[in-house]
Amino acid sequence: MEHIITPKVEYVKLLNRYPEKKSTLGTLYLTATHLIYVEQTNSTRKETWVLHHHIMSVEKLPLTASGCPLLIRCKTFQLLHLLFQREKDCQDVYQSLLRLFQPEEELYAFLYNPHQNEEDRRQGWEYINVANDFSRMGLSNDFWEISHLNKNYEICSTYPSILGLPKNVSVATVTGSAKFRSRGRLPALSYFHKDTKAAICRCSQPLSGLTSRCVEDEQMLQAISEANPNCPFIYVVDTRPKLNAMANRAAGKGYENEDNYSNIRFQFQGIENIHVMRSSLQKLLEVCSMKSPSMSDYLTGLENSGWLRHIKSVMDAGMFLAKAVCEERASVLVHCSDGWDRTAQVCSLACILLDPYYRTIKGLMVLIEKEWISFGHKFSHRCGHLDPDSKEVSPVFTQFLECVWQLSEQFPCVFEFNERYLIEIHNQVYACQYGNFIGNCQKERLHEKTFSLWPHLLKNQHLYRNPLYRRSLECKVLRPSTLPLHFKFWCGMYNHYDRGMHPKQSVLDQLLSLTQKQVEGERTMTELQRVSGVVGLDFCQGGESESSTFLFKCRSDQI
Amino acid sequence: MEFAELIKTPRVDGVVLHRPFMPTVEGTLCLTGHHLILSSRQDNTEELWLLHANIDSIEKRFVGSLGTIIVKCKDLRVIQLDIPGMEECLNIASSIEALSTLDSVSLMYPFFYRPLFEVIEDGWQLFVPEEAFKDLESMVLFYPWNETTLFGLPKEDEEDNIALWSAESAFTVDEAVMMRAAQPLTGTNGRRCKEDEKLINATLCAGKRGYIIDTRTIAVAQQAKTRGGGFEQEANYPQWRRIHKAIERSNVLQDSLIKLVEACNDQSHSMDRWLSKLEASNWQSKVKEILTTACLAAQCIDREGASVLVHGTEGTDSTLQVTSLAQIILDPACRTIRGFEVLIEREWLQAGHPFQQRCAQSAYSNGKPRSEAPVFLLFLDCVWQILRQFPCSFQFNENLLIMFFEHAYASQFGTFLGNCVAERVKLQLSQKTVSLWSWVNRPQELERFLNPLYEPNNLVIWPSVAPQSLLLWEGVFLRWNRSTKCLDEACQEMVHIIEYNKELQNKVNSLRRQLAQLETEDSPLQTP
Repeated sequence: MEHIITPKVEYVKLLNRYPEKKSTLGTLYLTATHLIYVEQTNSTRKETWVLHHHIMSVEKLPLTASGCPLLIRCKTFQLLHLLFQREKDCQDVYQSLLRLFQPEEELYAFLYNPHQNEEDRRQGWEYINVANDFSRMGLSNDFWEISHLNKNYEICSTYPSILGLPKNVSVATVTGSAKFRSRGRLPALSYFHKDTKAAICRCSQPLSGLTSRCVEDEQMLQAISEANPNCPFIYVVDTRPKLNAMANRAAGKGYENEDNYSNIRFQFQGIENIHVMRSSLQKLLEVCSMKSPSMSDYLTGLENSGWLRHIKSVMDAGMFLAKAVCEERASVLVHCSDGWDRTAQVCSLACILLDPYYRTIKGLMVLIEKEWISFGHKFSHRCGHLDPDSKEVSPVFTQFLECVWQLSEQFPCVFEFNERYLIEIHNQVYACQYGNFIGNCQKERLHEKTFSLWPHLLKNQHLYRNPLYRRSLECKVLRPSTLPLHFKFWCGMYNHYDRGMHPKQSVLDQLLSLTQKQVEGERTMTELQRVSGVVGLDFCQGGESESSTFLFKCRSDQI
Repeated sequence: MEFAELIKTPRVDGVVLHRPFMPTVEGTLCLTGHHLILSSRQDNTEELWLLHANIDSIEKRFVGSLGTIIVKCKDLRVIQLDIPGMEECLNIASSIEALSTLDSVSLMYPFFYRPLFEVIEDGWQLFVPEEAFKDLESMVLFYPWNETTLFGLPKEDEEDNIALWSAESAFTVDEAVMMRAAQPLTGTNGRRCKEDEKLINATLCAGKRGYIIDTRTIAVAQQAKTRGGGFEQEANYPQWRRIHKAIERSNVLQDSLIKLVEACNDQSHSMDRWLSKLEASNWQSKVKEILTTACLAAQCIDREGASVLVHGTEGTDSTLQVTSLAQIILDPACRTIRGFEVLIEREWLQAGHPFQQRCAQSAYSNGKPRSEAPVFLLFLDCVWQILRQFPCSFQFNENLLIMFFEHAYASQFGTFLGNCVAERVKLQLSQKTVSLWSWVNRPQELERFLNPLYEPNNLVIWPSVAPQSLLLWEGVFLRWNRSTKCLDEACQEMVHIIEYNKELQNKVNSLRRQLAQLETEDSPLQTP
């Protein structure tokens, strides 16, 4: 590739963040897709692979006596501090990386082929289907139906082609309401709660300005309200801080006036915007990369970053929705400004709190596909996939994953997946290896040339299982504590590559290997029983029989 | 009988008990000499039995004739009792106050407690000091002195504060020892003591080096000179290098605990407030300081084969934290239940940690602290941190640590009474009270403390002391502020997986054996 000036540099040092530990000496390779660092000692060979798409920034640091340092920061929160002996090598690698990690046109996904044929590829894309999830919720029913009005993205270009809408709502109401909403993002169904008949709907802010109103939009909200026989009102939740929403009024946008809509209860939630979140993460990462900080530096830094405060605000909003739906049996309409960042976070989190299905490996895929990909969360912009605009980049999706992790810490048995699943999804979102997260909305997404991530994750699902998961657990709705002290710093994500900070023995690995052994043991057992049946050995006698019934009882519990 | 005088109202009906995350209980409140009991006198409802000694402080409130007593316990639990009748409430409150602050040790519950279980193994006979040092055959080599020489040493309380612990040959090539002591009494004019120099230097073979880890900063150690204390001058101890570490004195620690618990009980929803309170409590900093110093001590021994002498001022607080944690890091035996008990017995009880003074009050004390300090709790917290980082290397689980914390502060057993061995002998604890070990080591009790993931690990275990690696010990500090249902389920599930696996493997093996037997036997089939 023309961008790679030097494909191989020898005697490169990888500096360790702990001064007391020895840095290693190795060889650096640049390929079209990866940066590879190889340490070779007599007996061991250690390779560090970094995908170019994962690189966030490359920085040349001032020359030191020991060489030319190059600092590579990754979107996966990996930090590589390389030291070159020759200034020229450093410059060449720097120049090459600048071109490689900010591709102008070609994303990795268009080159990548996981050894699948066209048929597999096509089927892979069909594996997760949002329409199926609507059927799972019981749509269409007496209250809600699946609408194809947006089939060619004509009503809203950033929405999915199929929408859940209140039954019998007229086309005029739909199009009228869309015109009164930012970017045409009209109120549409996010989740229908079968038990209470309450629904979560999402949209963007109304173009209400200081005085404007829209009859169709009012009718639309009325229709949502009428679609729920169990509650006379709906909540309208604006996830923004009140001040931000008020500022938008001056620009002809804003929020719903309770006087114009019948039976709505309006609520602000106070989640900050993408810019605040971006700078908060930056501060958090500064804390994470401090060299031997004191406890006080760390805790003060954590507080000043505001990160956990923001995570809590998202969680609080998600909780508000879940409570409204399951306790008050009230439907909720959620929006922020454009309804593709905070709204996505809050709606998907509420889904996880309400519905155990979304806590499974497949269910989380469906949820991400539904609330994030198809409802137009701008992955390309937020992740800075192509030619990034720094003002558009923001860790909105990361925050959602973290909220799920925080829940899994409070409820260790209710998620089918473990922490590694969340981290793998996070890595894949930035990797651009699969086509799922490329583009900003469904209309933009081209599935023809790329592969879908989900079959790949499913193939490796044994790695992502939570051995403590109990499907039978009577925990339909999660009610987490949102006291500040129940939110923890997620070391596994933000200090993922600082292995020294993690527990040295992993309970998860232990249990996963046990469950693996269990599967093998059960297989052997069946085989042995078959053989003993053949030779006529009655193994179920005396004291033995008890334990074998115990075995089968346990086994059926597991399934 | 003194107790009867203190109990003005022995029983009140219609009392309502409120506890966080538990259903309220209405019943009869009874006060005995040592317990506060609340019973609904119905089947299947739990009774509350609270030791008066566990009560740290109480608050009274009145609304009309309904009185409320908030009882704050040393194990950090807070409960609320609604008592009808103002007089009853006042009487109960003053009785609790009096009974929970008895001056005389001999009135404490352990002197009255009679076990309902059969003592199979008497805990008082379990850990004789000679036994604890039995692996130290070389001790005689190092110490060619007799007792009188030891008495001649100018260190405070030298006779009970000098102790040896030998690094097991399993992880050191050379014989390195870890010792603890109190500060030397050099004073401002740099007093020397030949015997002390001889003793300290004699522990090192020719050409070997040793490290003196002073748990105080150099400034604090300098200051101690004005009060007759001080530190070793390097010129007089030529083979030793002195290192100062900053572990806070025990009086600061009490304040830190109070602030931490206050932060944990704060129901406010402000994240910033929580984090800044957590930071201001300084508790986590102390955990980091102590673990860092313990790692340093362990490193000197393991990496350099050097001997280590640890001391602070008295050698009964921070010194013990450091020496005992270093042993947990280095010695796999300390990570078994029995080994950990030995460690507590040797490094804390025998070494003269003043349990009674330090644990007289806990986080809810509102009086001026005298010599209270959660030194032992902080040590347990550090052990928990290592346990969390090495979840498969300990035979015991978190419950054992929590249990030690509870019993150090209030107990039916005599183990943690008194301030040093001499006091315990004087109190005749071994004759008059039951030892904690007699109870813990019963198989029925031990089960609760076993770590199902335990796989003996003979390696040295180096914990990470990065702030990200040190978490708040929720098991103690958030114990009463959260519902444990989900966490308990997770524990059960883990045990279930492990047990089921064992069972399965056994079954597979026995079936295999039977089949193998069948194959070798030509005779007609026989059922086993």
